[in-house]
Amino acid sequence: MTLKARKTITAYAFLAIPLVFFLTVRFGPMLYMLAMSFTNWSLMRKIPAFVGFSNYAKVLSDPVFMQSLWNTARYAVFGAPLVIVISFLIALMLDTIPKGKGAFRLIYVLPYITPVVAVSWVWRWMYQPPPIGIINGILGALGLPAGEFLNSTTQALPSILVVNVWVELGYCTTIFLAGLQTIPREMIEAAQIDGANGRQILGKITIPLLNPVILFLTVMEGIQFLRIFTQVYNMSMQAMGGPLNSTKSAALYIYQKAFMYFEMAQAAAASLILFVIIMSITLLQLRFFDRKLSY
Amino acid sequence: MEMEIRTTSVRRKAKTSLTVKAAYILLVLLSVIMIFPFVWMLLSSLKDATQIFKLRFFPEAPTLENYRYILSGSSKFPQWFKNSVIVALCTTASVLFFDSLVGYALAKFSFQGKKLIFLLIVSTLMIPTEMLVIPWYAMARAMKWVNTYWGIMFPGMISAFGVFLMRQFMQTLPDDLIDAARVDGMGELRIFLTIVLPLVRPALATLAIFNFIGNWNAFLWPLIAASKPKMFTLPVGLANFSGEAGSDWHYIMTGAAVAMAPLIVVFLLFQKQIVRGIAMTGLKG
Repeated sequence: MTLKARKTITAYAFLAIPLVFFLTVRFGPMLYMLAMSFTNWSLMRKIPAFVGFSNYAKVLSDPVFMQSLWNTARYAVFGAPLVIVISFLIALMLDTIPKGKGAFRLIYVLPYITPVVAVSWVWRWMYQPPPIGIINGILGALGLPAGEFLNSTTQALPSILVVNVWVELGYCTTIFLAGLQTIPREMIEAAQIDGANGRQILGKITIPLLNPVILFLTVMEGIQFLRIFTQVYNMSMQAMGGPLNSTKSAALYIYQKAFMYFEMAQAAAASLILFVIIMSITLLQLRFFDRKLSY
Repeated sequence: MEMEIRTTSVRRKAKTSLTVKAAYILLVLLSVIMIFPFVWMLLSSLKDATQIFKLRFFPEAPTLENYRYILSGSSKFPQWFKNSVIVALCTTASVLFFDSLVGYALAKFSFQGKKLIFLLIVSTLMIPTEMLVIPWYAMARAMKWVNTYWGIMFPGMISAFGVFLMRQFMQTLPDDLIDAARVDGMGELRIFLTIVLPLVRPALATLAIFNFIGNWNAFLWPLIAASKPKMFTLPVGLANFSGEAGSDWHYIMTGAAVAMAPLIVVFLLFQKQIVRGIAMTGLKG
């Protein structure tokens, strides 16, 4: 046996189980779901029948699904930029201080690595109405009016969004810091000697050079907020995405359709709609940044 | 001229020290916001059922009674804790073995179809978990995997991200070493286990820590894969317990603290690797 043949055989022997895994646990299920979204599939029915686009039509005419898509859009449109801007400012500040950078970063990363379920319940406890909620306690002590937070149809979504911002900050800060370290010091020093001020350096050197990092984080955080589920599940009454569906995300809608109402085929259709939305937004972001900011 | 330069540099220095001070103040304030929920959780977990509703920062009479209850046989937390440990350890062991195996094959062997296989694996990174839980559930039901450890673990037994990471690392290994072992007549699997794996220990450590954290925190799939409380992982158990606990906030906060404890330990032990790993990429699947 030649060495080449031996290597090929070995490689395929090593890859055999993983390949079966990826085909059956990733690609297979995806195709299966696509196929089932065109049938009246449910867990009870043995042989599903083809029903065309009717699941898509049902889901798209469901006002609750529309509401959940709208909520998801609000999570992403407000959440992702908020995380990115704040973490960028934090990273810039961390970059200017001579000592303690590591300690601060450690503190900021803590929420990111702890279980989302646990922190969601901690925040839910903090958001409680007076006299037991600590946030309302602090507001009261400052002479400010109490907030309704999770109990209000208008405040609940921002309250949940803030928690996710708090969770994701450490991640984005870490990535930005790594990015800032790749910018050559001499470049900034040369600009300073030429008389450039802080704002000019930021706008002409730092931000353009960080463009790939900003793009990466926009895509990652955009996806992260579009997929929001665990926070909403744990911070709304009975995990229903309330009050009055005002916090229900698309992922929670899909979960409920499938595992509370057992409308598997409709849930499959809704998942695929969400998947297409996530993919197109990701591609849009890539194109937008390509044109606008590349140097 | 020299004077002028000196004064501007003095002024610049004064300005920077002011910026640095302002930065420190803001960063400390922010640290308080980041840390406060953890502190409040801990303090709340030390209060009893009546103290919890008095809005006092420090507990009047700190008690470990809540922990005694949560960790005792009358609560299900010990079982959930055990389940989480089993799930996190088994998936991590599997991911370490298979991901390094695939990474090695893709980095150090040349064969037909290599590019395609790599693309195929990496492209699965774009399929979010939310898209797959419905067919996974159908699969688990058909195979009678619901409410089993295997049912909770099977989707995470190999990680595409880990394959990507290990391949990057394996590419930096010298070929001579592997070829020399081959000439010596060593078997391929033995080369992998005794020569290659020890060389990529740092990468394995990063992957292990990240995978453990990711699996410990995972919620959506474990929530679906287990309907019997006996099979809940800690996050699922905590969500379920808290949903039913009503106003027993002292127990909920204690449960949250228990669910977090192992992660805080892992975090403090491996902070360097974790921060470095995050800089390489994220840990949420």
